Amino acid sequence: MSQTVDYEVTLRYSYALGEVAGRFMQGLREGRILATRCSKSGLTYLPPRAYCERSFERCDGWVEAGSEGVIEASTIVVRGFEGKRKPPVAIAFVRLDGIDSAIANYVDGLDLSDYEAAMKRLAPGKRVRVVFAAEREGRITDFSFVCLE
Amino acid sequence: MKPETVAVLGSYQSNFKTHVDEKTYVEQAQIAAAGALRDAGMTPEDIDALVFAQAPTHFMGVADADRWALDHVFGAGKPVFRIHTGGATGGSAVQAAYSLVRSKLFRSVMVVGAERMAETPDAQEVLNLIFDAFYERDMPLSTNTTVGLWTTCYLQRFGLTQEDLARIAVRARRNAMSNPHAHLKGEITVADVMASKVIAYPLKLFDICPRSSGSAAMIVGSMAMAKRFATRPAFINGSASVTDTYWIGDRLTPSAKLRFVDLGPAAPAARACYARAGISDPAKQIQVAEIYDAYTVMYPVQLEQMGFCAEGEALRLDKDGFWDMDGAVAVNPSGGTLCTNPIAVTGLVRAIDAANQVMGKAAAMQVSRVRNAVSTAVGGIAQFFNCTVFGAEPA
Repeated sequence: MSQTVDYEVTLRYSYALGEVAGRFMQGLREGRILATRCSKSGLTYLPPRAYCERSFERCDGWVEAGSEGVIEASTIVVRGFEGKRKPPVAIAFVRLDGIDSAIANYVDGLDLSDYEAAMKRLAPGKRVRVVFAAEREGRITDFSFVCLE
Repeated sequence: MKPETVAVLGSYQSNFKTHVDEKTYVEQAQIAAAGALRDAGMTPEDIDALVFAQAPTHFMGVADADRWALDHVFGAGKPVFRIHTGGATGGSAVQAAYSLVRSKLFRSVMVVGAERMAETPDAQEVLNLIFDAFYERDMPLSTNTTVGLWTTCYLQRFGLTQEDLARIAVRARRNAMSNPHAHLKGEITVADVMASKVIAYPLKLFDICPRSSGSAAMIVGSMAMAKRFATRPAFINGSASVTDTYWIGDRLTPSAKLRFVDLGPAAPAARACYARAGISDPAKQIQVAEIYDAYTVMYPVQLEQMGFCAEGEALRLDKDGFWDMDGAVAVNPSGGTLCTNPIAVTGLVRAIDAANQVMGKAAAMQVSRVRNAVSTAVGGIAQFFNCTVFGAEPA
């Protein structure tokens, strides 16, 4: 016979954003996606960084990302997670225009009843547009992507 | 000062399964330590230091359980170092032990660890906690879903199909039938893989490793210790690790230094490892590869990036039997990580299985005339990579 001792752990956290993520989240409230830029390496980062991880110099500028971009990687999440959107959901890493790195978010407005058909629209190389939520709370889920084609 | 030659003196691995109800975590670690000592004909007094392989402890719900296990693995009174590089932990732990002996700081080091993956039903939620709290964790990101992203990229880039990947799972479970320690094994078909439930498209359940619990240990030592304790040791002729940026989004774009789809750290780590081990043509000089394939896509990507074949070719060569037990290179005679994944010790099990091939101790999995075998380990969403070459002679 297998005996167990059962335990349920509830932990609460309040993560301090810091200045860089704080400014990014404030931008989301205003309906803008803000990236940091390093003039030495010429790279523009999303998510924004305090330091350029290539030149190891401080990122010395902020730029607003384009409102469209290209999918670099995508999947349809079918097995769900506690406390997140009900599956299936599409997610993608998107390189927004003017930015060198890709940022992840949900892709909305797709018919996910046929995964293969949906993945064709979501395939790496396809273009998407940023859509902001009407009510914004300074959180990454304030925006998502929709397919352009 | 010439660096020390490092040999594998003994090892142990348990049978792996979802739940280990008959033992606690520390008792699992203990049977591994005792088993490796017995295999090497050594006592705890013969061990100078320990490397403890321990990945995230949220799966079993005891934080930093190396403290709990220390005495059980005969570590009290000795230097003990915990290693944690996610799924690469076991490989990194072997490299750490190798480095401690190679530098002549210690004559012998035991690598030991245990894993309990199924104490919580919330494993994917635990893995979601390894993602950035501000930009990523609100998305359903996990090892499964990020490998879904990876698989999409790999198949599209080389014009391959889900069926091409499914064959890898079929072979893994068939090979595992010769491995008494393997968790999943048996005859399945490509159709079975294709019909298994979708987890993160195009990833299906049978493309994914199980959650395994169990334990393992390996003792490495100097040439003098090898002469004393081993009749036919395997020599660790090279071990190398490379890591990459945390940010997956940085590894996906044209400005990437190392590319996510290529498992970026694999190629530079393999080059460094081969240089130390005197390997210039891996497909000719290495007879067995025990690679860390927690997902089917990781199998072709590693073979390609580690120089066994050209990019995009591994699944095509697979069709011709290139990676079969009697093929050009026997890949994962054990069934690999697709059949058994006890995260903290998976890399260690890969290393043990590779070393056993060189030592002629692989029993029903044994490949004939093995001069060199390589093992790998991958962790942290393709962020950590380790590979180690074991040889029948010192390099």
